[in-house]
Amino acid sequence: MAVPEGLSYTRSHEWMRREGDTAVVGITQYAQDQLGEVVYVELPEIGDAVEQGTEMGTLESVKAVSEFYSPASGEVLAVNERLADEPNLVNDDPYGEGWLVKLKISAVDETKLLDAAAYDEIVAAESH
Amino acid sequence: MKRRALRDEPLIFERNPGRGRRGGYLLPETGIPPVDPGTVLPAVQLRPALDGLPALGELEVVQHFHRLSQLNFAVDEGLYPLGSCTMKYNPRVCEAAARLTGFTEVHPLQPDDQVQGALRLLWELEEALKTITGLAGVTLQPAAGAHGELTGMLMIRAALQARGEDRQEVLVPDSAHGTNPASATFAGYRAVEIASGSDGTVDLAELDRMMTDRVAAIMLTVPNTLGVFEHRIVEIAELVHSRGGYIYMDGANLNAFVGRALPSAMGADALHINLHKTFSTPHGGGGPGAGPVAVSPDLVPFLPVPRVVRDGNQTFHIVWDDERSIGPMRGFFGNFLILVRAMAFILGMGGEGLREMSETAVLLANLIRHRLQGAYHLEYTAPSLHEVVLDDSLQQEHGVSNVDIAKRLLDLGFHPPTMSFPLIVHGALMIEPTESAAPEEVEAFCDAMLQIAREAEESPDILHEAPVHTPVRRVDEVQAARHPVLRWTPEP
Repeated sequence: MAVPEGLSYTRSHEWMRREGDTAVVGITQYAQDQLGEVVYVELPEIGDAVEQGTEMGTLESVKAVSEFYSPASGEVLAVNERLADEPNLVNDDPYGEGWLVKLKISAVDETKLLDAAAYDEIVAAESH
Repeated sequence: MKRRALRDEPLIFERNPGRGRRGGYLLPETGIPPVDPGTVLPAVQLRPALDGLPALGELEVVQHFHRLSQLNFAVDEGLYPLGSCTMKYNPRVCEAAARLTGFTEVHPLQPDDQVQGALRLLWELEEALKTITGLAGVTLQPAAGAHGELTGMLMIRAALQARGEDRQEVLVPDSAHGTNPASATFAGYRAVEIASGSDGTVDLAELDRMMTDRVAAIMLTVPNTLGVFEHRIVEIAELVHSRGGYIYMDGANLNAFVGRALPSAMGADALHINLHKTFSTPHGGGGPGAGPVAVSPDLVPFLPVPRVVRDGNQTFHIVWDDERSIGPMRGFFGNFLILVRAMAFILGMGGEGLREMSETAVLLANLIRHRLQGAYHLEYTAPSLHEVVLDDSLQQEHGVSNVDIAKRLLDLGFHPPTMSFPLIVHGALMIEPTESAAPEEVEAFCDAMLQIAREAEESPDILHEAPVHTPVRRVDEVQAARHPVLRWTPEP
C-alpha cells in the first residue's frame, strides 16, 4: 500500500492535506482496510470547534464502530456530504472522494504529525 | 443441516387475506355493558380505525411463527458457541417453575400478605447472589447487562457525590464490551480508553499513569473478553481504591469462576450479573434478560427502590422509598419471571453444581483451544478460562476471512462463534462452548473447524460460497447496513 507523499499523518491513521490555513482530513488506506466496508459515517457540524487529537466523528463498518480524531485544532469549514449516501467512498478512494472534513486551522502541534515515510513505518510495524 | 424452506415466508402483515375477517377466538358475552372509548380515553390515544392488522386464525399464526423459528438456529438445535454471550441450555424445569400460577398471576401492588411466596423468592435470590459474589447488597431490577452497568455507575456516582467529590472520567480497557463506555457516558462520565498490555490484561504502569483524582472508576471485565483472567486484579483494585476510585466489574464472564473465586475478594465495588448468561435464562430472542447488580457495603445505601426486606417474623415487605437510593431503575422488580428461572437454576444446581458448572465450561473451552491452536492463530497465549479467542490470520493467506469461516460453520450444522470482537484481535473468532455442550458435540465442532481450515488451503471457494444449505444463503451485510429496507406493512 503506497502512502501518498505531501500529506501529514497521525498515529491514529488520519491524513491531512494542507493548503494555507485550511486542511482536508480523511482516513488512510490502511485504516479503511482494517475497518472493513464502511456503512455509516458520523461527521461533525460545520462551525464546530475541534482540538487536535480529540474525537471528531465516527466511522461504522460491518465489523465495528471507530472514532476518528482531528489532526489539527481549528474550526470545521465543510464536511463531505456525499458520505451520507455513499459511505463506500471512504473505502474506494480514501485519499480523494472519501475525504471526511475540511478544517480552518488555528493551531497544530507538528510533533504529533508524521510524514509519509514515518507513517509507512508505523503501518509496517502494526501489520507485521 | 437445515431443512430448506419450501416457500418464502411473508410478513404476517402481508398475510391479511382480505377475504373477510378471520380470528383466533370468539369471546363470550360478558354481560358488562360496552363503554365508548372516547368517553374514557384522551383523544391522543384514540385512532379512528385499525388498518392493516392481520386477521388470521390461530393455526395460521402458529404456523407462521413456527416456520420462522425453523429458519433460525437455536441452542436446542446444536452447539451455539457464541463467545461472550454464554448460550447455555435453558433447562425445562426452570420454564416449568416460571409458569406456576403463584408467580404468573400476582401483582407487586397486591397486599404483601398475598404475595409472600413471590417476595420470598426475590429476597432469597438476592441472598444467593450475595453468596456467589461475596458482596453486601443486590438489586434485581436491571433488565439486562448494560442496564446493570448503568445502575452500578449511577450508584458509584451517588456515592462520590455523597462524599462531595466531582470526578469526571471512567477508565475502560480497549478490550471491553462496547456497552462499558456507553454506560459510563450515559451515567454522565467521560469514558477514557486504557490500552491493554502485551498479554491482553490491564497494564499496571499505564493504569498508574491514568488513575488520577479525576477518575471515578475503572470498568473491568473479569475474566476479560479474551477469556483471560486479570491476574493482577488485586493490585489493580488496591491502586484504584487508594486513589479514591471504584472498581466496576462487568460480570458478563462470571460463568468462568462461580464457586471458585469471589468478586468481593478481587475488590469489586459493583458487579452486574447476567442471569441470562451464567444462570441460564433464555436470551438472544428467547426472552428478556436480567442484569442484577451486587455491590460492596459502601454502595448499599444507594441501591434502587423498591426493595424487599424480611422482618423478625420471617415476613417479607416491600420498601418503596429510601432517601439515599438512586431511585427505581425499572418498574417494580425487573423481569420477575426471568428471576424465577434463575432461582430455579441456582437451586437445581446447588453450590457444588454451580462450581462444577464453571469448571466444565473452562475445561471445554480449553479442549477447543487445544484442538484448534495451530490450525488457527492464537494472538494472546495467556491461559484461557471459559472462552478462547482465535483469529483468521492463517486463513487470510488464502483469501479466507472470519466471515467465510462463520458461514461455512452454518453449513456444517453449528452456530458460528462471535466474530471481530474483541477489537484488539483482528479477524477474531471468539469461541465459548459453555458447560452445557456434551464433549462429543464440542469434538464435532472442532472437527468441523479443522475441516474448514483444510478447505481454506485446498478449496477456498467452498468457503466463499457458503452457506449453501441454509434457508437463506449469504446475505449482503454491507448493502443491508447501508440501505436497510425496514417495513412492517405489505410491500407497496
